[in-house]
Amino acid sequence: MAEKTREPYLEIKELLRRFFGRMELELREILPQIIAILAAFLVGAIVLLVTGYSPLEAYGALIRGAFGDVFGIGQTFTQATPIIFTALAFLFAFKSGLFNIGAEGQLLVGGFAAALVGISFDGLPSIVHIPMALIAGALAGGMWGFIPAILKAKLGAHEVITTMMLSYVAFYMTGYLVNYPYKAPGMVSQTPPIAPSAELPRILQPTQLSASILIAIVLAGLTQYTLQKTTFGYEVRATGLNPGAAESGGISTKREMILALVISGAMAGLGGAGEVMGVHRRFIEGFSPGYGWDGLAVALVGGLNPAGVLLAAVLFGALRSGGMTMTRVTGVPLDIVYILQALVILFVAAPMFIKYLLKKGGVKW
Amino acid sequence: MVELLDIITVGLFAASLRMATPIAFASLGGIFSERVGIINIGLEGMMLTSAFTGVAVTYFSGNPWLGVLAAVLAGGLLGLFHALLTVKFVGNHIVSGTGINIFALGFTAYMSQVLWGSRGASESVQGLKVISIPLLKDIPIIGQIIGTHTPLVYLMLIMTGLSYVVLFKTPIGLRIRAVGEHPAAADTAGIDVFKTKYLCVMVSGMLAGLGGAFLSLGHLNLFAWGMTGGRGFIAMAAMIFGKWMPFGAFGASFLFGFADALQMRLQALGLLPPQIILAIPYILTVAVLAGVVRKAVPPSDYKPYIKE
Repeated sequence: MAEKTREPYLEIKELLRRFFGRMELELREILPQIIAILAAFLVGAIVLLVTGYSPLEAYGALIRGAFGDVFGIGQTFTQATPIIFTALAFLFAFKSGLFNIGAEGQLLVGGFAAALVGISFDGLPSIVHIPMALIAGALAGGMWGFIPAILKAKLGAHEVITTMMLSYVAFYMTGYLVNYPYKAPGMVSQTPPIAPSAELPRILQPTQLSASILIAIVLAGLTQYTLQKTTFGYEVRATGLNPGAAESGGISTKREMILALVISGAMAGLGGAGEVMGVHRRFIEGFSPGYGWDGLAVALVGGLNPAGVLLAAVLFGALRSGGMTMTRVTGVPLDIVYILQALVILFVAAPMFIKYLLKKGGVKW
Repeated sequence: MVELLDIITVGLFAASLRMATPIAFASLGGIFSERVGIINIGLEGMMLTSAFTGVAVTYFSGNPWLGVLAAVLAGGLLGLFHALLTVKFVGNHIVSGTGINIFALGFTAYMSQVLWGSRGASESVQGLKVISIPLLKDIPIIGQIIGTHTPLVYLMLIMTGLSYVVLFKTPIGLRIRAVGEHPAAADTAGIDVFKTKYLCVMVSGMLAGLGGAFLSLGHLNLFAWGMTGGRGFIAMAAMIFGKWMPFGAFGASFLFGFADALQMRLQALGLLPPQIILAIPYILTVAVLAGVVRKAVPPSDYKPYIKE
């Protein structure tokens, strides 16, 4: 009898669980994140008040801008797309115990490689050209992740410093390429447009939302599946949780770390390719306003869980798209978005801090 | 080639010492933090916030020394915050530090727009005046390199020596190192592990604050968006290269300062595109880290200390 009364969604949930492992987000688990977000907005409101702006007006304009109309919603998801990639990149490396804080640079080189393939070939069918450009982006990003990975594994160079430094190198390197050999005629530092055959289709006209978001969602599922359901994923997680035990269990932790950082870089690179092929249709200098950093925040707020990443990315995408409206309407500097983002990271950094606050507030948890 | 050789002058070495100053300050800050087992990746953000605070306070008070003081306090405050999150609430060091870095970038850019209506740069303020050291400045070559600088350059040299003495020649230093190397034993010996950690991470932020103050008040006399340009991370590399020792870190900072000074001169020469020249210090940092770290053993395992 019990079998028959089961509701269909439970079966879907069960199927999903079997495929992806545990991915449902329980309130108890995401409570610290929700409180962190609320606390960040509260502190942000104080900053706004002190500097002479009305928090209500600012946040109101932000929310209206992000969700008020089709254009806003499209823009929110457009902004969320690269963040999903960089968040998954941070997450994957993190699971192996590494901090990849250089997603920004990997995104840039990935974007440039995709642009290069997009410009260089003409007359290819899209079904060939699009995958080629995407793969080029992933390869370039993966290569950019390989450098700190090999330096870490072979020489012990701290990846936090090397990934960060390589981000600067990527910024200047792509800056050189887009200002000199591949510069399109005109004032703007950008490449010529990619061939139409390499363009990712826009899926919500008239906004810039492109098929890149579908790739991002698939990648989130694949990440969850790989980490939870494959031997490789298990080895990566074991390396991150306890490298000593993993090593004595027969896992080559160095190999896992290298692979994880290369995959991480490839994910960020793919995100860059998606931006170039879906949104800008060319490489423009400085097209990323800091998607790499957004990714870090989103991975943490998402509880280092791909499903959580998807949710948190929408929130941060909304901050970016709504932020522009907020600046236009109320004159609040857009940088309040970075302040909010940093505050969320800081509040999430120490779960004990949130617990402490809750305890002080008399909340049982 | 003649042009290339022309830039290798005494002036280049004086500029190297100048450009080494912010890195060396932050690097000393890194040492104080890591010696008690706290990784301070937030040096970059602490420098940036202090660079801003220094200019803002100078702008309103007209006194650059008040600016320096405010910069030190701002750095110390962020250090305290980092200590609170990592020591008291056992948060992840890297996450907390990264949060501080992003906060600094956003906060300074936001405030720059509120105060001066410009995201790119503040209005110019009165910076610190250069001083010449009598006698020292008259020595040939050496005098030209170290004889005339802003006082913060000399303060950096003094702090390097002082840090060495404090860390390795005094009982306080012994306690600090014990807390990083073996917190449980330090605790048993009656050392207040938590207090020591708090104080050292605050000192770390204050030193980074001096580095930031140098950038804005001793070098450019204004605040510019993201003006630290990764120097906090380069300072960490200098700290590792220098094996967590003050003089070693200073030597490494001088190398990076040299790369920075060279980069500026090469840019002025215009032989290569600026982007390629600008990347030099970062490539050098990666190369140095890759080249030496194998032999570098950190002074702590960075595990949180939880009292029984």
